[in-house]
Amino acid sequence: MKKNNSVLLSTPYLIWMVAFTLIPLCVVGFYALTDPATGKFTFDNLKNLDAYLPVFWQSVAYSVVSAFICLLMGYPVAYFIAHQKPVAQKFLYMLVMLPMCMSFLLRTLAWVGLLQDTGIINTFLGRLGIGPISMIRTPGAVVLGMVYNYLPYMILPLYSTLVKIDHRLVEAAEDLGCNGAKVFSKVIFPLSLPGIVTGITMVFVPAVSTFYISQKLGGTETVLIGDVIERQFKQGNNPNLGAALSLVLMLLVFVCTGIMNRFAGDDEEGGVIV
Amino acid sequence: MSKELIRLQNLTMEFDGERILDGINLYINDHEFLTLLGPSGCGKSTTLRIIGGFLTPTDGNVLFDGERINDVPAYRRQINTVFQRYALFPHLDVYDNIAFGLRVAKVPKDEIHERVTRMLEVVSLRGYENRKINALSGGQQQRVAIARALVNEPKVLLLDEPLGALDLRLRKDMQNELKRIQQATGITFIYVTHDQEEALSMSDTIVVMNKGRIQQIGKPEDIYNEPKNAFVADFIGESNILDGVMLSDYRVRFFGKTFPCVDKGFEPSEPVDVVIRPEDIDIVPPAEGSLTGTVASVTFKGLNYDIIVEVKGFKWLIQTTDFHPVGAVIGIRLNPEDIHIMHKSEYSGQFGDYSSYSAEYDELTEDAGDEEE
Repeated sequence: MKKNNSVLLSTPYLIWMVAFTLIPLCVVGFYALTDPATGKFTFDNLKNLDAYLPVFWQSVAYSVVSAFICLLMGYPVAYFIAHQKPVAQKFLYMLVMLPMCMSFLLRTLAWVGLLQDTGIINTFLGRLGIGPISMIRTPGAVVLGMVYNYLPYMILPLYSTLVKIDHRLVEAAEDLGCNGAKVFSKVIFPLSLPGIVTGITMVFVPAVSTFYISQKLGGTETVLIGDVIERQFKQGNNPNLGAALSLVLMLLVFVCTGIMNRFAGDDEEGGVIV
Repeated sequence: MSKELIRLQNLTMEFDGERILDGINLYINDHEFLTLLGPSGCGKSTTLRIIGGFLTPTDGNVLFDGERINDVPAYRRQINTVFQRYALFPHLDVYDNIAFGLRVAKVPKDEIHERVTRMLEVVSLRGYENRKINALSGGQQQRVAIARALVNEPKVLLLDEPLGALDLRLRKDMQNELKRIQQATGITFIYVTHDQEEALSMSDTIVVMNKGRIQQIGKPEDIYNEPKNAFVADFIGESNILDGVMLSDYRVRFFGKTFPCVDKGFEPSEPVDVVIRPEDIDIVPPAEGSLTGTVASVTFKGLNYDIIVEVKGFKWLIQTTDFHPVGAVIGIRLNPEDIHIMHKSEYSGQFGDYSSYSAEYDELTEDAGDEEE
């Protein structure tokens, strides 16, 4: 009876998943393995991949750098929030969430307005007699865009892991001779690892496949794999190559998250496996 | 006997204007098993946390070996704690939990291995080295917590209601085990509990606390036999507490009769509290008793019957192995050594009348149920 209910209740989403995840995935697979002209089965699309290898690495490098900057910036914030009184925690949590209420596209466009040569920052610097400093269309701007957009995804899982750490464990560590730094390295940090892994995954995955941030804030040397894939569909008119690149990107993400989760240990509590 | 190790001088603790500890003065000897006993909220855990270094007292001093340690952080005190609900590290296995303190202290690896292995034997957990903490039963976690603290060979071990989460049988076993470990190692134990039986059976010294104050300090026998006030008499075991007047040395009057007793040194005609333990009362035929009463209720307790006897409107609790039916008229005989006289205190009149026997019983179990933070 109970089992029937749960099947019944999950049916809508199961249909949704089949229609919008499973079938499209098959379509991507199909396109990736067929010839654009003849429609016949082929591995040719995948053969051309080594030409795109540098772009793949560039995407991974940008995402990894962004994820670690997010971690370095987000950890202290999450730690701070987790150690406030409950009311203050709610307020600060809301502040972290707040930018996510606004469209991702708008927020990225706003950075264009801030960073461009005639933008707000350079206008201000100009008044002070400095600059203009060219900030837009640099690798730094792309990383900034990624960090800015995905930082909340780092802070929230870290916060929820840190807030759950039993304070008595901290006292137990102090009791056994740990000063502040050792309490952190021997107890708090290892116990927050699941949150760190989730945070890095949640920053890395969207960052590695983004194209909007690199298009708006980046230049010619900051082309990411997301841009390349988008171009295959919109301009290059080679959806088969685009599908093949997407497939490889997906595999890459799977491998990366798999390594991360292994690194954290499989049965740790607190983190969300993405 | 042994030398003094810890001294608490006029310790006061306030949280948000509320006074949790109110002038605690206490010294603790080396190698002693001392128990802080009292109901929840009496300040016993707070006292322990101050000694452990997790709280700084609002006022007063904590002395360790004669040195003031108020501001010495927990990690620099030669004191280890067995926490309420253990606080074991969930990311480490049994071995690593026990080795934690030694590794922090940078003890050589071989020595760590030797000491952890020895400690695993002491707490009978050989073979559990690589178990995850979450895969252990409550009793096993308890023993890991004790091993984790003891392996550091501290001068003092603090135990904060360590057996509270265990079932009765396991608790009895662990009580014996803890007492054995304490005697074998000679480490000073400061033990917090609300369980009077536990305190009586394990301790060298019991400190009875209530409302942030020490009510009485003494050996278990003294606390039980010579309670200082109605609170102690009621909290440690069961007691009938009556209003009386001390006529002169060795003569006390209550219920309109004069009884011989063994106490002296009170003012002539001083109003006093008279404590009579339920197990000390002899039930005799009505004609032979100094008081007579009617049985109001009988409860079978296994070892004995708890019977409530009404004597001139006051309800007595009597523990007896003989059955007396409800309604029976019985005589009560009191021997001089069974009558304990106490000065009147702020607790006079609050305890010791069994008119609302069941209600009081409920209150006691409720007290035992919730844990003190």
